[in-house]
Formats: sequence, C-alpha cells, structure tokens
Amino acid sequence: MTRIACLLLMALMLGAAAKPLLVPDVSQRRVDIIYSFTGAELLLFGAIIYPGGRVPEEPADIVVVIKGPAEPIVLREKQKVAGIWVNAESARFRSVPAFYAVASSRSLKGLVDDRTAAIYELGVENIQLSPASGETPEAQRRFETGLVDLKKRSGLYVESPGGVEISEGVLYRARIGIPARVPVGTYTAETFLIQDGRVVAAAVREIEIDKSGFERFVATVADRWAFSYGLVAVALSLVLGWLAGVAFRKI
Amino acid sequence: MDLYLPIAGLSVNILVIIGLGGVVGVLAGMFGVGGGFLTTPLLIFYGIPPAVAVASSATQMTGSSVSAVIAHHRRQGVDFQMGLVLAAGGAVGSIAGGYVFRALQESGQIDTVVGILYVVLLGSIGLLMAKEAAQSIAVMWGKAAPPPRPRRHHPLIAALPLRWRFYQSGLYVSPIAPLALGFGTGILTVLLGVGGGFVLVPAMIYIMGMSTRVVVGTSSFQTLFVTAITTLVHATTTKAVDIVLAALLLTGSVVGAQLGTRFAMKARPEWLRMALAGIVLAVAIRMALGLGWRPGEIYTIQPL
Repeated sequence: MTRIACLLLMALMLGAAAKPLLVPDVSQRRVDIIYSFTGAELLLFGAIIYPGGRVPEEPADIVVVIKGPAEPIVLREKQKVAGIWVNAESARFRSVPAFYAVASSRSLKGLVDDRTAAIYELGVENIQLSPASGETPEAQRRFETGLVDLKKRSGLYVESPGGVEISEGVLYRARIGIPARVPVGTYTAETFLIQDGRVVAAAVREIEIDKSGFERFVATVADRWAFSYGLVAVALSLVLGWLAGVAFRKI
Repeated sequence: MDLYLPIAGLSVNILVIIGLGGVVGVLAGMFGVGGGFLTTPLLIFYGIPPAVAVASSATQMTGSSVSAVIAHHRRQGVDFQMGLVLAAGGAVGSIAGGYVFRALQESGQIDTVVGILYVVLLGSIGLLMAKEAAQSIAVMWGKAAPPPRPRRHHPLIAALPLRWRFYQSGLYVSPIAPLALGFGTGILTVLLGVGGGFVLVPAMIYIMGMSTRVVVGTSSFQTLFVTAITTLVHATTTKAVDIVLAALLLTGSVVGAQLGTRFAMKARPEWLRMALAGIVLAVAIRMALGLGWRPGEIYTIQPL
C-alpha cells in the first residue's frame, strides 16, 4: 500500500517536474445575439500550476487566441485604369477566419520565434489563410498584407500585447472584445502556456455565437422561406405606407 | 439607441436610420422621386453591406411610393392605365436586372458599373433639369419669352405602331414606348437600388410628352410595383432584404413624404425643380470624384 502511494507520488512529481499545467476557462460558452447586441466581451481566465506549487524565477507566459469561423473569399484589388479606380486583380483564399484576436502577457516577438509563431498561428501575420490561386510569391504576400490590414482596420483582427494579466504568477486573465459585426458560428478560444520560447501546454474551448429570439427567427425565415419572407416585407411596407397616407389625411 | 439588424449582421443607431429615412422621405414627397439615389449610398457610407443596402432600400421605396400614390390619387394625379403598362415593363426589367447584377458581381465590376451609371445618368438628367428650370424661372421673371411648348412626343415614339389612347395622360401612343421605358427603369432599380423616378419623370415629360399633372403620380405607381418585385427578387436570390432596416427607414420616410408633399404644394414648382437639379448634380459630381480619387480601401473582400 505504501509502495503504491510512493509510486503515485513520485509519478506525480516527475510529471509535474517536466512542465507546468494549465487550467483554462472562458466566461461564456455561448454568446446570444439579440436586438440590443452591440458586441460582447469575453473573459478568458485560468490558473498555471507549477510543479511543487513554486513560481520559478522566470515565470511562464500566456497567449490567448480567439478565432472565428473560417470562410473562403475572393480578395479584389483596385487599380487606376484610364483615370478611374476599378477592381483589377484578385486572389482567392480558402480559409480566412472571420475574426481573430490574440492577447499575450508580453509582446509576441519576445515570446516565441517565427517558426513557433507560424505553427501555432500566433499573431495576425501568422494566420493560415490557405491561398488558393497560383500567384507569384510577391503578389501572394501583397494580397495577404492587404487582407490582414483591411481586417485589422475594421476591428476584426486584433492584437493586444500585454492584454493578458498574470497575478502572483499563477492566475491569468484576458478580456477580449467581440465587435457586433462578427458572423455567427463556432469560435475557438485557445490558450497557450509558453516557457523559454516553447509552447509547453495548450487548451481549446469552443464558444458558440448565435442569433437568438426575434433575430434568429428573422434570419431563419429569410433563409428558408425566402419568397414568403419577401412577400411579408412587401406587405409590411405597403401597410406602413398606406397607414401613413390615411393618418396624414386626418390631420 | 442601438438595434441589431438580423440580416445586415451589425448594430445601428435607430435614430440615425429613421432620420435618414425622414430626409429621403421629404425629398420624395417634394420632388416625386423615390430618393433611392440618396438612401443607398448613405446606407453604404454608414457601414451597411452594399447588397443589403440596395435590397432594403427597394423595400423602403415600396412603402413610400404607396403614400405618394395615395396622395396623388386624391388629386386625380395617377394614370393607372399608363402606370400598369410601365409596371409590366418594369417587372420584366427587374428580373433581367437580377441576372445582370449577379454577372457583374461575379466579375467584380459591380461597383465600377454602378458608379459610372450614377455619374452618367444623374449628370445628364441634372443638367437637363437645371436648364429647363432656369428657362422657366427666366420666363417667370419676364426676362425671356416662353419657349414653344414641346407638347407632342418625340418623333421616334410617334413612329411606333399599335397606338393606344391614354386619356389621363393626354396621349395617343404605342404602348411599346412605356413598356421599354419601364423595362429600363426596372433594370436600374435592381442595379442601383433606385426607384427610377429620376429617369422616368424626365423621360415621361420630354420624350413621351405626357401631361405633367399625372407624371409624378404615375411614376410613383410604377415605382410601387417595380420595387415590390425587386424586393422579391432580392429576397429569393441575394437574401439581402433586412426587414428591420426597411421598417426603420419606412417609419422615417412615410412621415417625411407627407411633410414633403405639403411643402411641395406651397412652393413654386420652378424652384423645386431647380433645387432637385442641384441635389442630383451634387450627387453626380461627388460620385464622379469618387471614381477618380484614390479609394479609402484598395482591397475588398467578397465571400464565396
């Protein structure tokens, strides 16, 4: 009995000594979009468990990434042709996340090298966009930069170095704002524990963002019963217009 | 006061949208134009996706043209016979426009084509109206002799076979002319998200030679039908009709339209036409500059 207990304790200590553990969570597993929705704020928090419960001299860092559903897109580039700006060249991408936000306890550059950042898609420059059209590498880069820049300025790709707070070296928390214009779907919240430039632990939680109530009803009807929805829209505008006409005759 | 739009997929300020509808409604009531040429660009400027802006402003125009038709009908200002012929052409045109819209969207040239169409149409119609209004004002001040009335229609229209009598419009012409006119405005409604009134009204006066008393009412009647069909076309193909957005715009515009109609009865028609010409030209110039200026966004994303 004592032997088994000793073995267990040793195994625990050995395992724990190898690397710290990560216990992550998200404030909300589901975000409902209702009429008053103007965006949401997600809180990603959790604990880092160091072997022996002692925080080392150089504590580990945390990076959290929230990623929206990926969609295939065409990116068009305007050029000046005969005095006016028209869409000239275009490129296809197979999987462009609709939303991407990364927060880290320190600047990403100082945390991981380029290779690791590329593997775990850390940072807006490292998102896997899966280009699908055969352009030259220079054109490819130009389009990718343009896409990321566009998404960044519309608030859909966000980087916040220093956005993760670690208190006492063990508890971490990060707030990530989700703007109102994100599409619905399954989002992932990834948490990475990084030590000495390596990812030592990672965890993923899924977050469902969906319309609910009246908004969900309208979106479903518009999609499934498109013709009836159109008729209702026309009828509504006829009635409103007619009502106004009648109401104003009385005044 | 923010409200989330279920189809557009973003939240907007209710008061801004209702106010926008109201301003457009006043213009619609005053000048007998749908006001779509202002709604669509302003909605896009506010951040609404272009497809949703075009589709929902069509729905909104249906409502505001009902009010306009009712108001004009009370003053015997609608030629229903002519209106139905125009609407029949418009129905076919809006369905054809749906195909053109999709083809242009796939090739990525929809923005440019829409921009150029706006500049050419608004520019030429604005100039035409400004010239005509300036002449009327000169006559009103006694500085010029009234021009000979170009009462009879364009010779090209007189040459068409199969003539019908349109009593209210005071015309004896072939229905092919209003059918073709309706067809053209139907395409424009789908492509530009405009009611087509700003093309239809001058064409009815200067090309067809219709009695001006029924022009605005009849044009609103045609707009009513064509925008209703356009709403259905958009609801089934692009699925971009946002009923909440349309209802907000309508709330503002039906009230605005009634105010505008009242105002129009008090003001001098020459000055009204001059003012409309000014607005139309201003939009045309802004659009023309927009084509030549370096756009704010070089890249645009189109989901597949």
